[in-house]
Amino acid sequence: MDAVPPRARVYVACVALLAVPCLLPLPATHAPWWATGLLAALCTACEHGVRRGFGGTFYPVLLAGAFLLPPSAAALVPLPAALLSPVEHPPVVPRRVWRAAQPALAVWCAAQVHGTLGGRDAVVGRDFPYALLPAGAAVLAFCLVLTALDGGLRAAAGLVPPRRAWRGLLTRTLAPVAVHGLAGLMMAVLWRSPYGPVAALLVLLPMCVSWWVFAQYHRERAAHQATIRALVQAVDIKDGYTRGHSERVGQASVLIARELGMDDDRVEVLRFAGILHDVGKLGVPTRLLRKDGPLTPEERRIIELHPEYGHEMVRGISFLGEARAAILHHHERLDGSGYPYGLAGDRIPECARIVAVADAFDAMTSTRTYSRARPVEAAVAELERCAGTQFDPRMVGALVRALHRCGWHPAVTADEPSHGGGPAQRAPSTGAPR
Amino acid sequence: MTPLRLIHAAAALTAAGSLAVTLWTGLDDRGVALAFGVLIAVGELTRWNASQTRQTAPLGAAGSLSYALLGADAGRPAQHDAAQVVTVVLVAGLLGAVPHIWSGRGHTPDHLARRILTAGFAAVCYQPLSHQGVFAAWGGPAHALLLLTLLGLTSLCGAVLAAALAHCRTRWPFGPLLREELRGLLGIGSAVCATGAVMALAVAVIGLWALPVFCLPLLLVQLSVHRYAAVRATYRQTIASLARATEIAGCTPAGHARRVAALSLAVGRDLGLTGPELTVLEYAALMHDIGQLSLVDPVPAGATAGLPAAEQRRIALLGGAVVRQTGVDAAVAVVVERQADPYPEQPVAARIVRAVNAYEEKTRDAGPTGPLHALAELRLGTAGDYAPEVVESLARVLARPRGLRERVPARRTGLSDPAPGWVTHG
Repeated sequence: MDAVPPRARVYVACVALLAVPCLLPLPATHAPWWATGLLAALCTACEHGVRRGFGGTFYPVLLAGAFLLPPSAAALVPLPAALLSPVEHPPVVPRRVWRAAQPALAVWCAAQVHGTLGGRDAVVGRDFPYALLPAGAAVLAFCLVLTALDGGLRAAAGLVPPRRAWRGLLTRTLAPVAVHGLAGLMMAVLWRSPYGPVAALLVLLPMCVSWWVFAQYHRERAAHQATIRALVQAVDIKDGYTRGHSERVGQASVLIARELGMDDDRVEVLRFAGILHDVGKLGVPTRLLRKDGPLTPEERRIIELHPEYGHEMVRGISFLGEARAAILHHHERLDGSGYPYGLAGDRIPECARIVAVADAFDAMTSTRTYSRARPVEAAVAELERCAGTQFDPRMVGALVRALHRCGWHPAVTADEPSHGGGPAQRAPSTGAPR
Repeated sequence: MTPLRLIHAAAALTAAGSLAVTLWTGLDDRGVALAFGVLIAVGELTRWNASQTRQTAPLGAAGSLSYALLGADAGRPAQHDAAQVVTVVLVAGLLGAVPHIWSGRGHTPDHLARRILTAGFAAVCYQPLSHQGVFAAWGGPAHALLLLTLLGLTSLCGAVLAAALAHCRTRWPFGPLLREELRGLLGIGSAVCATGAVMALAVAVIGLWALPVFCLPLLLVQLSVHRYAAVRATYRQTIASLARATEIAGCTPAGHARRVAALSLAVGRDLGLTGPELTVLEYAALMHDIGQLSLVDPVPAGATAGLPAAEQRRIALLGGAVVRQTGVDAAVAVVVERQADPYPEQPVAARIVRAVNAYEEKTRDAGPTGPLHALAELRLGTAGDYAPEVVESLARVLARPRGLRERVPARRTGLSDPAPGWVTHG
């Protein structure tokens, strides 16, 4: 994985060569050397801290440099950070060169634009709101150069096809860089004010805190996702035959939801609904879940409590939203003969109807104690046969269309079919799971 | 409740006096006052409850502090006095609090009192001396440092005030509450201070344009803090749901995990645990019985305290293994694993969970004299099983009036719902 294609190396070398002329007029410029040095040191310190905590780049200092210094001096600011900060992955040399050359070029362009529009005089003369115009133009130039170079690298490294390399990059970077640009402008203004660099340093503190909190947010979110996975694993441990079933139902629910044109948030909720639909089986005695052979009516009644158990468990997790209704109602049937409440037709929540189809589909196409896996075509035929009585025809149609388009290749982390080949015991009418 | 009355009375007196003075003398620099008033009001509108006792409105706090420390507007000396600062903060705070009062969320009087007293403190320290020209010699960078020092002092006072208010409201010990507030100052508190200073200086340099230009970065801070708080809340809910799995599976009685968690937290606070330690304690208490999910035959009524020591330890180890899978902080798994060890070898959190769990199981169906008998039994067991200081702390906590010990949410069913806001920040 560490091998960098020669094309990418050549590209990095070209960008570095482009950056060299930016620094050439340095000896002739009357740059305030102590300011340049201080900004470069600041940039190094920030880069060091931010990279360790989160990754990514810290722009306010760079942009403040672009607003304060002549272009060639401003291009010098990111260099020490690139040469001194640790590189996590080999190869080290091309990465360091890239980290130095890319921001140097971007800052040089930004400073050039800012200077041409008279921004440095506006900063010194505190000419507001005019100072916002050159600053905005400089931020735009900075963003354009950054994304152009980034997209070029992605294309050269063969990560994405050249035509899609630049798509969406600019819109994604513009907003955060604009906020950083405002902080950089405030830094530059305070730097040139009687209060001096001390006041300018204060601007960085809220930005750093924001980065830190953001890093914490990401760590906490990762832990949260691990916990959700643990809930699913707990079910898998109890009900070993259905290993991977939860994840596959999640994927099938996403297929249906996408096909129905739902927005991304709702699709995400449906993924959770699919993953967690059987979480209530935690409350069913393991002996019943693993029982080979026919169930007595009493035992069936106990197993049929699992949607209510599941709803009771996830009721307190507010972000699951309508997924909670899906967990409660995923065994309802369109004709009203399902459980727990015997709802019919439109009274069943839409997401529950989606999960019901996805659940039945995966139950039929995977191996169970009571039945061997059936081919996808047979499962689809069975679903279509029961559409209208048991399943919502709209959801079945969406699943069929999605399967036609992309096929069914469930990728499951723990997918190892374990089957005991017990006596065949079919669930009523279709292969719907118990 | 005397300190609470005292703080409220001081805040009301300050507010009334300032209002009277301002009405008598009239508003100076109306444009500046209006701009800062709008900023503070918007900040207060976006306030949210970080927890039961803490409320967060970084934008409002920074706005009121910077108005209190504003010495000039675009190079022209500012005219407003300390009384006007308090008046503007009061009016903007009241306007911003209307939706919060309307929906009945949070302790708005406490929040307003804190805001008024801290802004008043900063203004009284700065404005009179500034008007007399005492700071004229402190030009340039020294002025920035002076503002920082004043802001640091103000935040210290604010932390003491907040801890005192929380102490009055909850009766949790004052020391750990203050420590927690001071730790909060290092994070978001430092950002608020720095922003207050920067806004005061920037308005002095370029005038009111500084406010919109610098509000955006601060909004970024507020947004990320908000998202962090939201994901933490979600995470707590998920942990509590995982804990309820044992109750739904019928291994433990309904509500057991929640009751143990609430009582453990109260004991933990009484013993002086703070911040992250309390989070670990809460999660461990919620999940302390999760090992029973792995048992083939459930323990009768989930009462593990009466089992032989070896069996207790086996279940604890099973639980630790489950917790390790959940991706929770490894410290939580350690507490769950060690909950059945003899107390000299246990971490503090495990001692608390063990004693509280035993108390909960012994009092469950024991009738009105149950608590006394249970405590007596625990005291007898302090030779090896239960740590004496934890048992004594438990007795202290139980001796408190119930309303102060355990804030019970308004709507709750029998199962272990998370009690809101026990964990403040990490």
